[in-house]
Amino acid sequence: MRLYNPPSPLETKVVSKRFGMENSWKLDTYLATGGFEGFKKAMAMSCDEVINEVKASSLRGRGGAGFPTGMKWGFVPRNTDAPKYVVVNADESEPGTCKDRLLMEHDPYLLIEGILIAAKAVGASKGWIYIRGEYRYLVDHIDAVLKEAYQRGYMGKNIAGTGFDFDLYTQIGAGAYECGEESALLESLEGKRGVPRIRPPFPAVSGAFQAPTVLNNVETFCAVPDILRNGGKWFADLGTPKNGGTRMVCLAGHVNKPGVYEVPLGMNMMYFINEIGGGMRGGKKMKALIPGGSSCPLLTADECDIAMDYDSMAKAGTMLGSGGMMVMDEDTDMVKVALRIMRFYKHESCGWCIPCREGTTWLQKMLARIVDGNGATRDIDLIGDLAKNMLGRTFCPLGDAAAMPTISIVEKFRPEFEAYVAKNPFASSELVQVA
Amino acid sequence: MTFSPGLEARFADLLTHYPEGRHRGALIPMLMYAQDEVGAITPDLMAELAARLGISVLQVDEVVGYYSMLHKKPQGKYHVQICTNVACMLLGGAELYEQACTRLGVGHKQTQASGRFSLEEVECIGACSWAPAIQVNYDFHHDVTPAKLDEILDGLQ
Repeated sequence: MRLYNPPSPLETKVVSKRFGMENSWKLDTYLATGGFEGFKKAMAMSCDEVINEVKASSLRGRGGAGFPTGMKWGFVPRNTDAPKYVVVNADESEPGTCKDRLLMEHDPYLLIEGILIAAKAVGASKGWIYIRGEYRYLVDHIDAVLKEAYQRGYMGKNIAGTGFDFDLYTQIGAGAYECGEESALLESLEGKRGVPRIRPPFPAVSGAFQAPTVLNNVETFCAVPDILRNGGKWFADLGTPKNGGTRMVCLAGHVNKPGVYEVPLGMNMMYFINEIGGGMRGGKKMKALIPGGSSCPLLTADECDIAMDYDSMAKAGTMLGSGGMMVMDEDTDMVKVALRIMRFYKHESCGWCIPCREGTTWLQKMLARIVDGNGATRDIDLIGDLAKNMLGRTFCPLGDAAAMPTISIVEKFRPEFEAYVAKNPFASSELVQVA
Repeated sequence: MTFSPGLEARFADLLTHYPEGRHRGALIPMLMYAQDEVGAITPDLMAELAARLGISVLQVDEVVGYYSMLHKKPQGKYHVQICTNVACMLLGGAELYEQACTRLGVGHKQTQASGRFSLEEVECIGACSWAPAIQVNYDFHHDVTPAKLDEILDGLQ
């Protein structure tokens, strides 16, 4: 299977180690390269032992929020006869993110094994891989892989002769960013509009079809087989304390070698951009970057000399997010970036919560007014104030996701907004319309 | 309403995926797969799926209205989707969209009178590291340049 970008010798390959191998998506290739060893090990362990191994790995959710995976699995209630489910978030829609696509394309059995280990850990009997509609080719690909898995006894009854039963299906989405939010995804899985649910109860207690559910990102599940095979400590030691393992970073924008690369957590961001990403295109200077999907606050070039792990990024006032890193050079118009980001969130807001639905609409109008040359001086503060008022006031994080990059762009690149407004002769007039 | 045997088999299989009494879960996949065959989400199709799943037409309609890939009007034989989100924008996605508008003579969510091409400016399609990217129907095209866009469209005449 073809690679989308050449690998870098500086990568640490755990979840991407089969990328580029001939027939990497076939069961025989998988079995010949250590496949299902983690699952077989898990089958010989108790549920608690499996969860403890994942806890020891310091694996944190790779979808964006970075919640500790072992802890999430531990919330699923025990001693209940009710059915339990595993749901895979393969809705990959966060702007900048294109890694789950590669994992499913090149190494689908790694995902399947991770799902089976999660199922064993919580006693689940059924699962769904929720794949965004735009990735239709992957739905067909995974369906073909699952057919092979059923035929060869690696799915269904008595999996690999272990006595464990599990059924796994694909579920195609139909185009909605909001369905990447876990509770909206569950609504969509039930055949409804993808609007978020009020929590608690969290999916671990009441998830898919109101049953206890483990719900994780594709990459999170893909890390699990090697954690079981080599031990949680091995995985943890690849990263930094509390930030175990490696992660896929999707490098995009004005760099010489954009691509998806797997690096250990804690790698220095500038080292990553310069050594793996080949530095800036055309000898330009870097101005800013979005570190992990467009929901993250932006960093200026001066702020990028930091470790890429969840805690260091939080300390720098941003997030590791979903790994979608977009680098911008000195010629980038940050006001237009802010507007484009807001157009996206306005389009994708599900409309359930007023601060998000109205906030994104008004922020887009104000940003467009500035770009169109009709902005007023007071608009700049108003954008920041309005965005701050959205924070924490919605059922799901989409409102925050729209507000956070906007706040950071206005704060860090205010002179660019002022330069736009300065061109408007009526910028300081009280008579400038507000809408 | 009748569907092809292949689609009927797919529906029959889908309905076995969900817990007892919760087969409404099949609605969105059924809409997506049926749309590919029928060409659009028609009133007949909505009524048919509502009847099969034991829900009201309104419940189907509100779902259709929510998801951006479900459309009630037929699209062109080739539905050209150009991403202009941040990663693509940084590398010329917006200019590609303008180029497609001019060349195809249609705008956002419009279809040529001949029915050959339709155009849509789309949000992130998950090809950011190979930006700018476009999709024609379900096929991805990566690292698209103005010349490459012309070449792609020339090949679809």
